[in-house]
Amino acid sequence: MLGEIMLGQYFPGNSFVHGLDPRTKLIATLIYIVVIFLAKTPLMYGILVAFGILVVLLSRLPIMMVVRSLKPVWLIVAITFVIHAFTYPGTEILWQWKFMKITQEGLELGTKMSFRLTLLLLFSSVLTFTTSPIVLTDGIEKLLRPLKCIGVPAHEIAMMMTIALRFIPTLLEETDRIMKAQKARGADFGKGNLVKRIKNTLPLLVPLFVSAFRRADELATAMEARCYRGEEGRTRMYELAYRKEDYLTFIFMIVFLMMIVGMRFL
Amino acid sequence: MSIKLNNVSFTYMSGTTMAHQALRDITLEIKKGEIVALVGHTGSGKSTLIQIMKGLLHPDAGQVTVEDGEVGMVFQYPEAQLFAETVYEDIAFGPRNQQKSPEQVDVAVKNALQFVGLDFDEFSQRNPLRLSGGQMRRVAIAGVIAMEPDYLILDEPSSGLDPLGRHNLFAKIMALYKEKSPAVILVTHSMEEAATYANRMIVMEEGAILFDGKPAQVFTEHREELLNLGLEEPEVYQLHYLLANRGMQLPMVQDEEQLFKEIKTAKGWR
Repeated sequence: MLGEIMLGQYFPGNSFVHGLDPRTKLIATLIYIVVIFLAKTPLMYGILVAFGILVVLLSRLPIMMVVRSLKPVWLIVAITFVIHAFTYPGTEILWQWKFMKITQEGLELGTKMSFRLTLLLLFSSVLTFTTSPIVLTDGIEKLLRPLKCIGVPAHEIAMMMTIALRFIPTLLEETDRIMKAQKARGADFGKGNLVKRIKNTLPLLVPLFVSAFRRADELATAMEARCYRGEEGRTRMYELAYRKEDYLTFIFMIVFLMMIVGMRFL
Repeated sequence: MSIKLNNVSFTYMSGTTMAHQALRDITLEIKKGEIVALVGHTGSGKSTLIQIMKGLLHPDAGQVTVEDGEVGMVFQYPEAQLFAETVYEDIAFGPRNQQKSPEQVDVAVKNALQFVGLDFDEFSQRNPLRLSGGQMRRVAIAGVIAMEPDYLILDEPSSGLDPLGRHNLFAKIMALYKEKSPAVILVTHSMEEAATYANRMIVMEEGAILFDGKPAQVFTEHREELLNLGLEEPEVYQLHYLLANRGMQLPMVQDEEQLFKEIKTAKGWR
């Protein structure tokens, strides 16, 4: 089960989307998120969905895999929908039972929210599916660099992110191993009431923390042994550079943003 | 009493682009009283096979039958599973999950600590995470022994131990074997270990069983194939082979002593 978590995983490829500069993709994702929250009418949502599908097609990722990557969040989407449907104080009542009621407005808002969440996750998973973590943090570092003059430690943030991302699969593997080892000793992680369940996770959490701290310590030693001392004097093997495709994407995204803004406010 | 596997197959991440078949149609029976060395290089399916025997993974096809009894499993680097505040509590975790009474748990913990050669009064109240590496390994193994398994699976128990630690560990396992004769399944990369301790050897390759027999027999009859897999036979069999190549045909041997005896007999030395 743990081996099948795909959120944040990178799938190498050489599509149009893969080839874009990470900064382009990050900014495009930000614009798309802004646009998602600007959308109001069904037409605007239609455009957003079409754009999302276009990007997925352009990225040449297996469609089924992209759909499956949304699996862990379906529950959240469903809960959001239900909460909106039941709690929105609308006037047009469709169904009522004692104090519970579903209104037309609530349903609409719930649908909207579900669309927003799904699109948000879809777009950001395409970002991480098509960009290797190292390149992605490189892009973040470059984008944050102007903020250095007001004291934002851009390099350090990027380095921490790289390391955190690097250790996600390792920690998942470790969790799987320890879980099996404790199950082999008769541990049961899914039984009993809440207090008991929390207590049951101790045999998993303690070894996991112990090994995470040990790893962190070893990594720090290894970095020091290779004279790592922050950003100063570091050069890169691959410098990021915008290409024609990036400028095209920027122009397209700006037009897209203006179009939606226009539809919304004019 | 035995563990039986009937036409067992297993695939990781089946149904995705990353599907990987780890076991192909394995049929196998391991009886109590056997010490089985499971060898094969990384990715040959050894770990998957033992996890299926323990019931941690469920086969896609085929049946696994464990005739009544507890299957104990010592994972690779088992010290990574220690979690309790005291050695006693950690070792008691397994027996308590078996619903044993406090008195039975107490006896099990004492026996297990004795088995791994740690003094109960000195160690039982110490923090397992503050012990030395070798001691942690022993406490972790004691945690499995305390469950009194009838089938004991050990996944590379000696990796990371010094030669003396290895020797002591196997001396303990052999002592346990002589006393209770459980089935012991030993996953190892060391052909010397397989030849010295096992009375049956299973060689795995690409998720299937390649050879299955007495270590002496497998090493003598399938020398070339094993070398091709990167599994070099122990020195005794190497010497046996070199002698045969020079025209000195000797009967099959188990260990150094037997080989020397055969050489002496063949040469007529006294």
